[in-house]
Amino acid sequence: MHKVKEWLLYHLLGSRLKAILIKEFIQLTRDKVAITMIMMLPLIQLALFGYAINMNPHSLPTAVVVGEESVFSREFIRGLQNTAYFDIKYQMLSIEEADKLMEKNDALFIISIPFNFSKELIRGQRPQILIEADATEPVAIANAVAAGQALIPHVYQEMTKRSLPDLQYIPPPIDLVLHQKYNPENITQYNIVPGLMGVILTMTMVMVTALAITRERERGTIESLLAAPVHPWEVMIGKILPYIAIGYIQLFVILFAAHYLFHIPMMGSLWLLLISSLPFILSNLVVGIMFSSISKSQLQAMQMTFYFFLPSLLLSGFMFPFSGMPLWARVIGEILPLTHYVRIVRGIMLKGNSWEIVMPELGAIVLFGITMLSIAVLRYRQTID
Amino acid sequence: MISHTKSDEVAYAIDVHDLNKSFSKKKIISNLSLRVKRGQVFGLLGPNGSGKTTTMRLLCGLLKPDSGGGTCLGYDIEKESLQIKQHIGYMPQNFSLYDDLTVAENLYFVARLYGLDNQKQIVQQTILDTGLENVAHKLAGELSGGWKKRFSLAAVLMHKPKLLLLDEPTAGVDPKARRNYWHILHQLAQKEAVTIIVSTHYMDEAERCYEMAYIKNGDVLVQGTIPQIIADSKLITFNLSPCDSDELETQLSRLRIVKQVARFGNDLHVSGFDEQALKHEIGSLVSSHQRWEKIPTSLEDVFISLSNRQGSGHA
Ligand SMILES: Nc1ncnc2c1ncn2[C@@H]1O[C@H](COP(=O)(O)OP(=O)(O)OP(=O)(O)O)[C@@H](O)[C@H]1O
Ligand SMILES: [Mg+2]
Repeated sequence: MHKVKEWLLYHLLGSRLKAILIKEFIQLTRDKVAITMIMMLPLIQLALFGYAINMNPHSLPTAVVVGEESVFSREFIRGLQNTAYFDIKYQMLSIEEADKLMEKNDALFIISIPFNFSKELIRGQRPQILIEADATEPVAIANAVAAGQALIPHVYQEMTKRSLPDLQYIPPPIDLVLHQKYNPENITQYNIVPGLMGVILTMTMVMVTALAITRERERGTIESLLAAPVHPWEVMIGKILPYIAIGYIQLFVILFAAHYLFHIPMMGSLWLLLISSLPFILSNLVVGIMFSSISKSQLQAMQMTFYFFLPSLLLSGFMFPFSGMPLWARVIGEILPLTHYVRIVRGIMLKGNSWEIVMPELGAIVLFGITMLSIAVLRYRQTID
Repeated sequence: MISHTKSDEVAYAIDVHDLNKSFSKKKIISNLSLRVKRGQVFGLLGPNGSGKTTTMRLLCGLLKPDSGGGTCLGYDIEKESLQIKQHIGYMPQNFSLYDDLTVAENLYFVARLYGLDNQKQIVQQTILDTGLENVAHKLAGELSGGWKKRFSLAAVLMHKPKLLLLDEPTAGVDPKARRNYWHILHQLAQKEAVTIIVSTHYMDEAERCYEMAYIKNGDVLVQGTIPQIIADSKLITFNLSPCDSDELETQLSRLRIVKQVARFGNDLHVSGFDEQALKHEIGSLVSSHQRWEKIPTSLEDVFISLSNRQGSGHA
């Protein structure tokens, strides 16, 4: 027993352990950037998880196609609005217009009230109201759909109590039909896999280029490189181009898996998807180069990558419903390329979106990429200090 | 690559004046001026941390001076750094080629980077000339320290630079390879009028330079040929041989007229400016059987006395 105690004391408090502890502590305090990041991490996570993410989003953009303007249809719409889940942004639309809105992600729900609604309602014929929900965002729509269904028995209660007592009985006076558009069977993979494509590309593309220049600095090879007559843009482009190929290889692997393992449909054009992936891959590579030109070490570059990746993952609408986030989080989300790419991929694969709808999203990605490139070029040091 | 350029016309390969450079407010190079004639082997000497590496980085455009300026091969060091880079070969103090490429792959990289013609031929010739045949397909990171230096020199010579900046190129290189190294340098200077600036801590190498500058605290203390520097120092040196008395060494170094006492194995060099006074003091301190005599002051004596001047260098 005594021996054990002695052994423990020696090894736990022995000078070798102490030596290492002290050294680690000194090294830890020396890297100001790392320390700041360690301190910031909890704050950022608290902000993201605590305030930005909402698994029960309200005020979801909704389009209503009204076949008939009447007290009953208005009452139903007011009832929906009162659940706070639906934000009736668009009314008086044709079916085609409403569909377009959903393709563009501007509406998560299309509610169609049929032409003979009040007549059938009064006759007790249980008219159908169709709720089409964008099932590419299953988390976002789940609670709203439930709230809509719960609404039916109550919506006409006050009205019918006096004038139409017959309608008070079960089954409820309207037949609410839910159609989960783009993913009728509500398969989780339909939602995850297309988005994952963007997530994987973001993670790897940013990281590889973030390390590219810092590695040269850390290993000292930058001295020979910068002493040679090379232009900064040659260094940058030379470091970016190989990874475009890597990006496309990743893309093909995921597409292959999506098709053969997860049976995700490809409603739109594969070519369109491949072409619109290029600006996305490039933007991420440029972000990496930018990190690499402002950081001092590979470790710092990795940390920056992480701090870019975390909000991308959480605020892009990949994991959590975009529409549920507060304004500030949506603004950040709109800046990040992953947000737009997730929309593009889901749009092309599940909704069959075409050029016109993809273009604005691509524009946002290109704008981001150009901004990052400018910062990278401005901050790229041709000297070693 | 052999083209007629500005650099063939100018008399000075390097002509810079009043260079200043600070790192985080600490002045590292202060008012440094340097002129090096074309086709010279020029030594850059100075204690650790005196600013040799920083000076070379300023000359090849890796660092921008805070103030001051001048020309390198006739090109302005601030405005025409791309032209300068085309014609210089800089070999940094630390290994700066790619550990994860083989020796041959590294050489091809350099050949392509400088846009050389006949890359294959040049690379193969370089490998043969520098005796790298046996390591050509080894990863550069696996080479021994001395081989890395030899390989770096080979790489830096490939594009036939007109100015070579070599930062301690022979540290850790064995004597035979070192001799070979210097043979190559002298040939380049003589046959191809390449200007070579070498920093070194080895005295024998300093003595192989035509001219040299001694840098301390980021400033050139002396510059000239070896005889000039020795003469300018006005140091008189006596050698006590053999002398193993620490006590005597301490006593001598305390004397006001003695500027420095330096031990060389069993010998003790005592230097000062006043020959008569030195003779008198040494004579009165040493025992009768101690042999001592006046010797010509060596370059090393001068350097030690220079490095003792005005406190110690940077950390
Ligand atoms: N990037 C830097 N940041 C801060 N200080 C630096 C930097 N580079 C050099 N220094 C400082 O500048 C001074 C001169 O350094 P330099 O490397 O030029 O000396 P040196 O003469 O080459 O020394 P050595 O003989 O040891 O190679 C030193 O005090 C060093 O600490
Ligand atoms: Mg140095």
